[in-house]
Amino acid sequence: MAHNSSSIRTAVARVRHLGSARAGTHHTWRMRITSLALLPLTIAFVWLILSLIGKDHDAVRATLGHPFSAILMLLFVPTGVYHMMLGMQTIIEDYVHGEHARTFSLMANMFFCAVVGLACVYAILRLSFV
Amino acid sequence: MDQSPAARENRRPLSPHLQVYRFALTMAMSIAHRITGAGLYAGTLLLAWWLVAAATDAASFATASWFMGTIVGRLILFGFTWALFHHMLGGLRHFVWDLGYGMDHPEREYLAQGTLIGGIVLTVLVWVVAYVVR
Repeated sequence: MAHNSSSIRTAVARVRHLGSARAGTHHTWRMRITSLALLPLTIAFVWLILSLIGKDHDAVRATLGHPFSAILMLLFVPTGVYHMMLGMQTIIEDYVHGEHARTFSLMANMFFCAVVGLACVYAILRLSFV
Repeated sequence: MDQSPAARENRRPLSPHLQVYRFALTMAMSIAHRITGAGLYAGTLLLAWWLVAAATDAASFATASWFMGTIVGRLILFGFTWALFHHMLGGLRHFVWDLGYGMDHPEREYLAQGTLIGGIVLTVLVWVVAYVVR
């Protein structure tokens, strides 16, 4: 954020509630919410995958297309992808310093997560309805 | 001396980085949390491939299943399992800290040890179950 030296706002008023990233606690809060949701979802996901080991294609289709697993996966995938998008954003902000490189990396992060997330969701819906 | 705003910014104190610290397990677990997170990020490609293959046809699913069954595939899946549990326990540790506990010595050491050992134990447990139910 540009620093306006002619502003009558005090330095503390400019930073209060925002922190060094000028974005407040929003990122951290969303990270915590997705973390909490992912705890039971991850355990259920591992359980689901274990139940599919050694199964043939028809059995896997049937299980993944069942409402119980499909709803679980539809909760798990977007929550996980959103969580990892936030995490990778932090990694990029910490290590990528060039202005263009940083902007490009942050965009690439969102695109990657959108593609992976939508591909998974599409597959889950197709297994459920086709 | 150049007193432009940029030059003044550059003279701000830097926080000491990794190489000046003595190795500590808590530090290693913090780094491992980030590395496992990045690993899981890449690993979602495998999940997407597997799901899309299952949704496409039997041949695509057979290819994906074949890859996951190879030595390389199994090693990647084993690593993914460990990263998942290690990162999950690391997150649990962060929740303990968020609630205001476990930041003192020796509690933080126990939490770091618990994350490391718990992640390995859960991974081995899941793979034992996987080989038994196969």
